[in-house]
Amino acid sequence: MVRPPRSAGARRRNLPCRLGAPPGQTMSARERILGRLAAARRDDTPVAARVENPVRGPATPHCSDPASRFTERARQLASTVARVADFSAVPAEVARYLDAEGLPRRLAAWPEFAKLAWQAVGIEAVFRPAGADDPVGLTGVFAAICETGTLMVTSGEGTPATTSLLPETHIAVVPVQRLVPTLEDAFALLRREAAIWPRAVNLISGPSRTADIEQTVTLGAHGPYRVHIILVGP
Amino acid sequence: MEVKAVEFVRKAHEALHNPRLQEALRRTEAKFVQGRREALRHLEDPDAVRRHATAIRDTVLRQLDAWLIHFERQAQARGATVHWAEDGREVARILTDIARRHGVRKAVKSKSMVSEEVGLNAALEAAGVQVVETDLGEYILQLAEEPPSHIVAPVLHKTRDEIADLFARHHGRPRKTDTAALTREAREFLRPHFLSADMGISGANFLVAETGSVLIVTNEGNGRLATTLPRVHVAITGIEKVVPTLEDAATLLRLLPRSATGQDITNYVSLLTGTKQAGDADGPEHFHIILLDNGRSRLLGSELEPILRCIRCGACMNHCPVYQSVGGHAYGWVYPGPMGSILTPLLAGLERATPLPNASTLCGRCAEVCPVNIPLADLLRELRHVQQVRGLRPRLETLSLRLWRALVLRPRLYHAVMGMAAWLLTRLAGARGRLCRLPGAAGWFAHRDLPAPAGETFLAAWARRRGKP
Repeated sequence: MVRPPRSAGARRRNLPCRLGAPPGQTMSARERILGRLAAARRDDTPVAARVENPVRGPATPHCSDPASRFTERARQLASTVARVADFSAVPAEVARYLDAEGLPRRLAAWPEFAKLAWQAVGIEAVFRPAGADDPVGLTGVFAAICETGTLMVTSGEGTPATTSLLPETHIAVVPVQRLVPTLEDAFALLRREAAIWPRAVNLISGPSRTADIEQTVTLGAHGPYRVHIILVGP
Repeated sequence: MEVKAVEFVRKAHEALHNPRLQEALRRTEAKFVQGRREALRHLEDPDAVRRHATAIRDTVLRQLDAWLIHFERQAQARGATVHWAEDGREVARILTDIARRHGVRKAVKSKSMVSEEVGLNAALEAAGVQVVETDLGEYILQLAEEPPSHIVAPVLHKTRDEIADLFARHHGRPRKTDTAALTREAREFLRPHFLSADMGISGANFLVAETGSVLIVTNEGNGRLATTLPRVHVAITGIEKVVPTLEDAATLLRLLPRSATGQDITNYVSLLTGTKQAGDADGPEHFHIILLDNGRSRLLGSELEPILRCIRCGACMNHCPVYQSVGGHAYGWVYPGPMGSILTPLLAGLERATPLPNASTLCGRCAEVCPVNIPLADLLRELRHVQQVRGLRPRLETLSLRLWRALVLRPRLYHAVMGMAAWLLTRLAGARGRLCRLPGAAGWFAHRDLPAPAGETFLAAWARRRGKP
């Protein structure tokens, strides 16, 4: 940035000015702040125009094989990914994973999974929001994003937010039809499908982590230690 | 937080002689610099994304009032309460009111630099509310009673051994030095606080005007816990954090974690809109958003406005040779490094931070890595100019600069004086061809020699060769 030379006087006028006398009792902080901002406004385009026609940033690479790209990205985030042909195969995959990790065969799941045959594979499943003592939380997703291997989970009736947060292990069931290329696509899908905008939209990218101690990455901070993703689809 | 920026020189000196800090700084520098470089390579055209992000921030700043009003309307429509605060005192008043109204005894806090800016914890504790920091780094600092030294990695100045001692002393468990074990111990001590807190306090990385949402970007999960479990959630942020749409947030999210920690995306990005809805199993029943000015509005339309684009990624400090040498505490307030050397004088007062705009080599590396192209070096230079204009520089410096100005505005005099200086310096250097000391510049010569000039000025040599007088 090269600044055109200007006289000292002109420059002084452009310096941030100190606030004057204490403001009167009649004006609220909101009015005072907005008043100062209005005085500095340089653009009168109605803001609604940009909201109604959102501008997408520079495009990210097109993703030709969504499932394999998502899988590769998710693994880079330290999530594990398995693939099953249809929903009926989910309980067996969950049982396999729990045994492989040496975890108890107990889980708290979103109610939409109540129809699956959990008892047949020896898993004790409860269908309520996960509490602090549940070892495993099982959720679906609203969408999954290939760009970064990210899960988009929304809070709502039947989709409690704590299930992907409180247990040490989070298992997410992702139908391949819900894979989208980019974050913008996921938001666009949400705008189209959400009857009521959800209170919380959580993007989850792997197990929780911290690098606060000597910048050494440690998996498992306050959230889950493990994230296992089961892709469902032919 | 108390402003101690005037002590920069003394604190920098101490930092340079602190071997543990130097080791920590060396370790982090390599990680952050390399991490950022590699993560940006994952974007097809990182510079195009940065240009777009810059345009987004400028679009907002050109009509900040309109975007804030739009944000406020959307947030209120979804059940949030929006408050406006001129300064830290007003934030404290609003927050203690909220706490009193909802009968809050304990608050869990996710990392928020704005809360440090206004000294929030002290105000809440004075009102009888227990405040628990839950970001691992901030929790460590709360135990150690120290301020953060970096806006992304607040505890980077501490070694594992120091943290192990601190935990052993405060938790009363056998001392452990393994990072994973220390992290688990903190989790075990903090989990009950999350479950029993009445209020969660967070910052906001962005405010999305389109949906009236607060967007927070975290890794540990404490941000999600603090904004999901307690009955009341209060988000505190600066008025400049608003972005128009979810698409704009997506663009900025491509740059923020990559610039900050070298991650393509953080573990958690939470878009929080309004209060618990009918049928929801979880979420806060009350959601308050406090918008803080604290001197920001004064910067709009000034030469220094570009600093308001800042998305608090920390890339400028991670790449700054001065920050890398002295660490964050030397800067004496919440925001260290190049962005802090601009923000501290502007938000806390120029006269309370005179050394900061000068604590820079103006090498320009910060501006080169800034994801939203803030011309940081130019802004630092501008602040130096403002200091001059307001008479905040030492008298000797002002006098020398006046003399220099008088000299360079008179070409004949200038050439004559330069000719004499060149001759004199050459004589002083003698056969060695180097100068090892000059009066009044001991500090400069303590670390290097000055090569002697070539005996005459370029213009004199030029005139001689052309055969002109």
